[in-house]
Order: sequence, then structure tokens, then C-alpha cells
Amino acid sequence: MTSQYQQLLLEAETELFNIYSQLLRIRRIEEAIAEKYSEWQMRCPVHLSIGQEAIPVGISMYLSKADHVYSNHRSHGHYFAKGGSLKKMIAELYGKETGCCGGRGGSMHLIDLDVGFMGSTPIVGGTVPLAVGDAWSAVLKDEKRVSVIYFGDGCFEEGVMHEAMNFATLHKLPVIFVCENNGYSVYTQLNERQSSRKIIDIAKAHGIQTYNADGNDVIGVIEVAYNAIERARNGHGPQFFEFKTYRWLEHCGPDDDDHLNYRPQGELSTWKDRCPIEKLKNHIVGKDVNYAEKFQLIEIEIETEISEAFEFAINSKSPTKDQIDQYIYA
Amino acid sequence: MHKSYNKDLRKLTFSEAIREGIDQSMADDPNLIVIGEGVPDPKSIFMTTSGLIEKYGDKRVFDMPLSENGMTGVCIGAALNGTHVLMIHQRIDFAMLAMDQIINNAAKWHYMFNGQSSVPIVIRVIVGRGWGQGPQHSQNLQAIFAHIPGLKVVTPATAKDAKGMMIAALKDKNPVIFIEHRWLHHIEDAVPEEMYPSDLDKAQIIRSGSDVTIVANSLMTIETMKAAKVLSEVGIDVEIVDLRSIKPIDLDTIIKSVSKTKNLIVVDSAWKTGGISGEIISLVIESSFDLLDKAPLRITSPDHFVPTSHYQADGYYQDAKQIAEQVLDFFDQQDGIDIINKKFKIDGPVDVPNREFHGPF
Repeated sequence: MTSQYQQLLLEAETELFNIYSQLLRIRRIEEAIAEKYSEWQMRCPVHLSIGQEAIPVGISMYLSKADHVYSNHRSHGHYFAKGGSLKKMIAELYGKETGCCGGRGGSMHLIDLDVGFMGSTPIVGGTVPLAVGDAWSAVLKDEKRVSVIYFGDGCFEEGVMHEAMNFATLHKLPVIFVCENNGYSVYTQLNERQSSRKIIDIAKAHGIQTYNADGNDVIGVIEVAYNAIERARNGHGPQFFEFKTYRWLEHCGPDDDDHLNYRPQGELSTWKDRCPIEKLKNHIVGKDVNYAEKFQLIEIEIETEISEAFEFAINSKSPTKDQIDQYIYA
Repeated sequence: MHKSYNKDLRKLTFSEAIREGIDQSMADDPNLIVIGEGVPDPKSIFMTTSGLIEKYGDKRVFDMPLSENGMTGVCIGAALNGTHVLMIHQRIDFAMLAMDQIINNAAKWHYMFNGQSSVPIVIRVIVGRGWGQGPQHSQNLQAIFAHIPGLKVVTPATAKDAKGMMIAALKDKNPVIFIEHRWLHHIEDAVPEEMYPSDLDKAQIIRSGSDVTIVANSLMTIETMKAAKVLSEVGIDVEIVDLRSIKPIDLDTIIKSVSKTKNLIVVDSAWKTGGISGEIISLVIESSFDLLDKAPLRITSPDHFVPTSHYQADGYYQDAKQIAEQVLDFFDQQDGIDIINKKFKIDGPVDVPNREFHGPF
């Protein structure tokens, strides 16, 4: 019989592999999209989240299906971490009827109401007040849950961001603000857009409880997420995270764009050295056990799931033109 | 509130009718909330929200930070979670700050997510006029909203319609822009006491006539009614179509009327270029070019802003007299002008809706 201690270790190990698997799954999905993008079958803009996987995976550890998530143009990671359907998402990118929006949205408009992923849209800041209103409604209807909103450093320059933070604080709403600060808005660096004060200090000045952590360290994200989400659940009002992270690929599209020289030389490789997946893997293998087979198994499971999803998308029916004016009104 | 002895003849002002429509809707739907800058304050949006916070409490009736765009987004988010929201702006001009949320989210959420969710929100916006409302407090921006698919846009002219359309709008699953003219607020009409919904997509022929169809909406319907009465004395028999809704436009009712009169004039309080008036004329010409005896006419505000000073502003806004004069021109019947001038002899200021009007503006 295993001792209680061994049992705990075993559970912790299972949990670590679960987290690892989620990170790797997002990475491999994004890589598969990038690889097949040039086939011209996914005919919509894609904003891939390679390099930024740890944040949504860490945050989602303490979310249930009942909790709601709103997101932005770079939403794939948020969608998968919340449990969004892979098949429906790939089909959406292929513009198929089986897509999560029946082909109306593409990559920039994901939704999976079954798992509380309420919607992502590409007008920067557009969904921030929606998440706050969602939390407000939850309080008015006495639903015991939180609302999460993901946004980037660029969004912090939008007026609605601050309008939404003000209202969330005023009514002590259970909103989790998650700022994924990857340092760039398209090609423009943060210091060309915002003064040198910290993003988190502005949130703090609104009266919001704030946290920051390394966005590439999933364990660190989980640690701060637990405390904050519990506080929001227990009526302590909005919580704000600023996670520093980094986008590996171009702003929009499947390619590396380091040759454009808008990033200082060496910056990308420094961040690649801080890969969130490798970091967790090192943490796991550091335990002096040979897990090679287990890692291999995870790779195979993910690969199978992804190829099934692409097959599903490719074989799905295309929407017909006669549906184009449906759903203008409810 | 007016005392009434005969229920059918009970009269309410336009603003009292709106208040009653909101009140009855809130009693009927515990999931309905009301929010806006000044909703629970002592002037309560020109008294249209008075007593609501006392009756329904501060979990259903809210004042609002001055964050029109952010708060529209907040209300959309609440609506997407199934809370029904009435949002109020004291000036339509303020809603321009919220066009991002209205157009990019509210109007198309249902469409872009393939019918999976909808936005049951009513945005009440009030149009100002006169008393120095000036360039930013008197705009008639209805066409901007009507341009957007996914929105319903209504412009009631009577107290009875105001109540019924408010009730229907608050039951609707879609975003409804409820445009009311401030100069209608004091006008009385017989308003049934019960809770009744009115159509949000039907125009109404409110005056029968044989010479010309005049299509109008909101305050312009009232001004056209006054003009028609005087025009009848010079032998011009006007039929009036009160649009009620400008999105959608009820073309069938308009065509029905034009089929009879063979002439079309559209009166709109907005600017001429890109307005509802041109849209209606296009619709009629596209579908029924042969019906018309002569070229149709638009009667609108001139294509420029209005200054604050009443010395300059008087005459800018269309009123019954100006409408009547232009109808005379339309029929090239200048011999009626003396009667028009006599009947509309103005013996007081024109920058207030009536002499008893003392604000709030």
C-alpha cells in the first residue's frame, strides 16, 4: 500500500502531466494550423498563441464550466484551456458549417457556450466591458461564478478598458482581468505606446487587487491564479493579473517574422529559451525518473486528436449561400 | 399623473406614457434592469424614470458612470447573460461615444456567432431642439442607427405608441434603439392603462387624404399634422404616414398610400444628405416609379449644424409652417400663402415647444 505521502506525490505528478499535456496541446494545434495555413483552406486571419500558452492553462486550472470567459483576437489558447471543442474550432477556421460559428467567425470569433467560452472578437477592448457586464449580471442573478477577460498590453491603451475597470470596482464584481503583456502591438513596442509607469499600477489605482508573475512559468501562474480567483469568488471584487510573456510568430499569420527587425536582435531567442513547455518539462524531469515514454504517449495522443480534428473539418459540409442573411435578428 | 374617470379616455403625456411602459415592464419582468446617467436622480430623465428606484430597488435601477462606450459594453455583456437591459442617454449625441459597442457588438453578436446568443437591450436616446441646445445637444442622428443591420430603430410620435413600443422593445430579443424627441414629452394622448405591446415594424396612416402622401416620424409627424390641418383650408388634402419605425421601414404601408395620392413628400428632422428621407424616396422609386405624378420632395433640416444663439437658430428646425410652405411650393399653389401666414402667426418665442415649457431641457 502506498503511504498518504506517496499518494499525494502521485496525484501531484498526474496533475503536472495534465498541465503539461494542455500546454503541449495548444502548441501542437497552433503548429498544425501554421503548417497547413499555406494550403489556402483556412482563409481567415490567424493570430497564433505560440509562446503564450502558460497563462490560459494556469488561469483555467481554477475555472469550472460554469465560469465565463471572454477573449480577443489571439484567443486560441484561451479557448482550448477553457475546454473549447477542437473539432469545431478547426472546422471554423476552414469556414465549415460544423464550425463553432458555422463559418461566420473564423479564428477571430470563437465561441463554445457549452464550456462557458462566451466569445472572442478582434476589436481591441471590445470584449472587456462585456465580461464586466457578464459578471454584473451573474451577481444580479445570484449566480456564483466568475468572469474572465483576456487582453493584451495594447488593450490597456483603450478607453473602455478603464471604463470597465471602474465599473467592476464600483460594484465589486467577480471579474478576473488577465493582461497578457507580450510587449508588442503588431510591430510597435510598448515603450512607444505607453509611458514608463507599470500597467499593473494603473489597475491598482483603480482599487483593484493586482498580481504579476512570469507568464511563461505555468506553476507561477497557477500559484497567483488560485488566490485571486478564490478572492473573486468570495466577494472581494475584481482581480487583475499582468503576465509578461512573448509572441514567437508574426502578429497575424503562420510565419516567423524576426527578419523584419522590429524586435531587438536576440530578443526572440532569449524568450524561446524561456519556453513555457520546456520549463515545465524540466521541472517534471528534474524528479529523477525516466518519463520519456509518458511524454511520448502525450505527443501521440495529441497528434491523433489534431489529425482527427483536421479530418473532421476538411470533410465537413460547407455552409450554403442561402444562409447568409440568417440570424440578422433573433 | 392624470386622474381618469373613463379608462379609455385617460390621457397621459408622452413622458408619462414612457414611464408607465417601463414601470409595467419592470413589474412584469423581474429580469429587467434600468440604467443611465441620471436615472435615479431628482430630475429622473425628464421624469420618465421617477419612482422606479423606490419601487424596484437599487438592484434593478442604476445610475451610471459617464462611460458611454464602456457601459454599453457592460450592458451588452449583461444582456448576453440573460439580463434584460434598458439603457438611457439623455442626449442622442452622447450615444455617439458608444457606437463601437452598438455597431461592433450589439448589432451583430447574434449574426456573427451564428444565432447562438442574442442581445436583448433597449437603448433610449433623446433628441433635443431649441433653447440653445446648439451643435452637440440637438442632433437628429437616426439615420446612423438605421444604417446598421441587426438594430431595430423606432421613433414613436404619440404617447400611446411611446408606451406600447417601449413595452414591445423591452420584450424584444434584439437591440432596439428607441429614439424620442424631447419636444414630444409634454404632448398628451389617450393612453390605455393596461400593458400593451405595439408593433415595432409597422407604419400607420394617421390622416387620410387624397392629394399627397407625407411620410414623417417622431416630432415631424406632429408638425405635419398641424400643417395638414391648415393645408386643408387651402384645398390640399394631405395623407400622413407616421413611420413609427425607421428600421425596418414599412414600405408596404407607404406604397399603399402613394398608390392613392400619387405624390410623395418625406419630412425628417435630420439633415438631408444620407438621411431617412432620401432612403424612403429611393425605396418608393425603386419599387413603384410609375406611381408618382411628379418628383418627390424632401423636407429636412439644412445640411449644416445649428448654432446656440436663438437669433441665428430660429427657423433652422422644420415646423408646421415651414412644412406647409414647402407643400404649397410642391403644388405651385402660392395663393394659399396668406392663409398659411395668418394661421401660423407666431406671437412668441419659437425655441421652446410651448409657452408653459420651463425645462429641464
